[in-house]
Amino acid sequence: MAQPAEVSLFGMIVGLFGVIGLVTVNALFLIWMERKVSAHMQLRPGPMEVGWHGSIQTIADALKLIGKELITPKDADRWVYLLAPIVVFLPVLLSFLVIPFSQDMVIRDMNVGVLLILAFAALTVLSILMAGWASNNKYSVFGAIRSVAQNVAYEIPLLITLMSIIIMVGSLSLVDVVNAQSRYWFILIQPLAFILYITCATAETNRAPFDLPEAESELVAGFHTEYTGMRFALFFLAEYTNMFIVAAIATVFFLGGWRGPFLPGFAWFFIKVYAIIFLIMWFRWTFPRVRFDQLINFAWKILIPLAFANLIITAFIMKLL
Amino acid sequence: MVSYFKDIFVGFYSLLAGMGVTIRHFVRPIVTTQYPREKIIMTPRYRGHTQLLLDEETQTHRCIACELCARTCPSQLITVKGVKLDKKKKVPWYYVIEYQYCSLCGLCIDVCPTDALEWSDEYRLAGYTREDSVFDLMTRFQRQQQMAGVPMTPIPEEPPAETEGEAEPKEEGKE
Repeated sequence: MAQPAEVSLFGMIVGLFGVIGLVTVNALFLIWMERKVSAHMQLRPGPMEVGWHGSIQTIADALKLIGKELITPKDADRWVYLLAPIVVFLPVLLSFLVIPFSQDMVIRDMNVGVLLILAFAALTVLSILMAGWASNNKYSVFGAIRSVAQNVAYEIPLLITLMSIIIMVGSLSLVDVVNAQSRYWFILIQPLAFILYITCATAETNRAPFDLPEAESELVAGFHTEYTGMRFALFFLAEYTNMFIVAAIATVFFLGGWRGPFLPGFAWFFIKVYAIIFLIMWFRWTFPRVRFDQLINFAWKILIPLAFANLIITAFIMKLL
Repeated sequence: MVSYFKDIFVGFYSLLAGMGVTIRHFVRPIVTTQYPREKIIMTPRYRGHTQLLLDEETQTHRCIACELCARTCPSQLITVKGVKLDKKKKVPWYYVIEYQYCSLCGLCIDVCPTDALEWSDEYRLAGYTREDSVFDLMTRFQRQQQMAGVPMTPIPEEPPAETEGEAEPKEEGKE
């Protein structure tokens, strides 16, 4: 059951610093992992110079980005422009509040945990629109508009597939979802939901093959073209942290969270999360980018009917049992 | 209706096939030669600049300083100077090519009567000045002998300028 409403200040401060540390280290690690995975899939070594097999390369890149000049375009909408990187990063950071890393390692086990994360995921759409519009650049606006359409379209099957799991568990709290997988993982009885969820998660985080908003070869850099230095680094950081969040939801809902033999809880949790992230990166280097109309067709004509079918069948079976 | 589901299944299977290709590439060893740390091995017919060929039986070069290569070269970049050892034999004491004019045509190698020239596998030919592209093939030949582990042939001395009728061939150590 969810925790009673008492709050310990010490616990909150430990949680805060833990989350900030986790976000930073995670971003460092993920950028290195992405470069190495993409390199080996293309039969080349990736970064090898800085540190052992390029492990400190990300820190070198971060130092370079910090040293760059922060330019604001002349006719940009100033406050919206400055706030967009913050608004993209903050909801993602707040989503860490409810994720169970291990048996007792959850900062605040709310009984509306999933609803919180999904609501914050919707806020990132707003920030992309802010960034694209405030840059005073028509290509950024194109990128932002495409991103809004894509994110809204793919949120619907995301919610519906998660609903199929939630009606099996009976609670929105993430800790309850993990505890309900004590006998078997949910991926075994709902493989279609897993496939739909991973597809929608890849689209929500704007990763290839759904990365039209960033479209590096088409729109220069899409909605974050006009951002330099540390502001660009914040967008980047938000993307990788968002990837961690959706992978964490996937492990909690489908792969049994922190459950597993021998190793301690949080070790299994991180192994599963990084396996899902590897899967998402594998998608990026296999599939070509989808065209915008194909993307919208795919969401509305294929993913939503399948998600609804999954939900209805699950509801029937739950009623019969 | 059927075609709707058939499309989904065929499409899904093709996605999985693509992912199979990528993961097979992921586990293969890399093909990159990481240049400053690993050197590239050239193929046998690679054309670097020319060098004197190390003859395996005599363990020295076969050049007789006939200057056919210098006369044939379309860019006139070879300078060969020879010295007579005795009535019959002549050896080079100075063999220099200016590689910046070389067109890698290979005429010098084709015309040599003793097949004394060959292509080297040297690819690190970049330099900062014009003098960096002037190669002394006699000292290079001594390094070639050293790498092959055979005794080095000493380079003959420059003969004194000949006066009329008094060409004294100098003693040198051609061993």
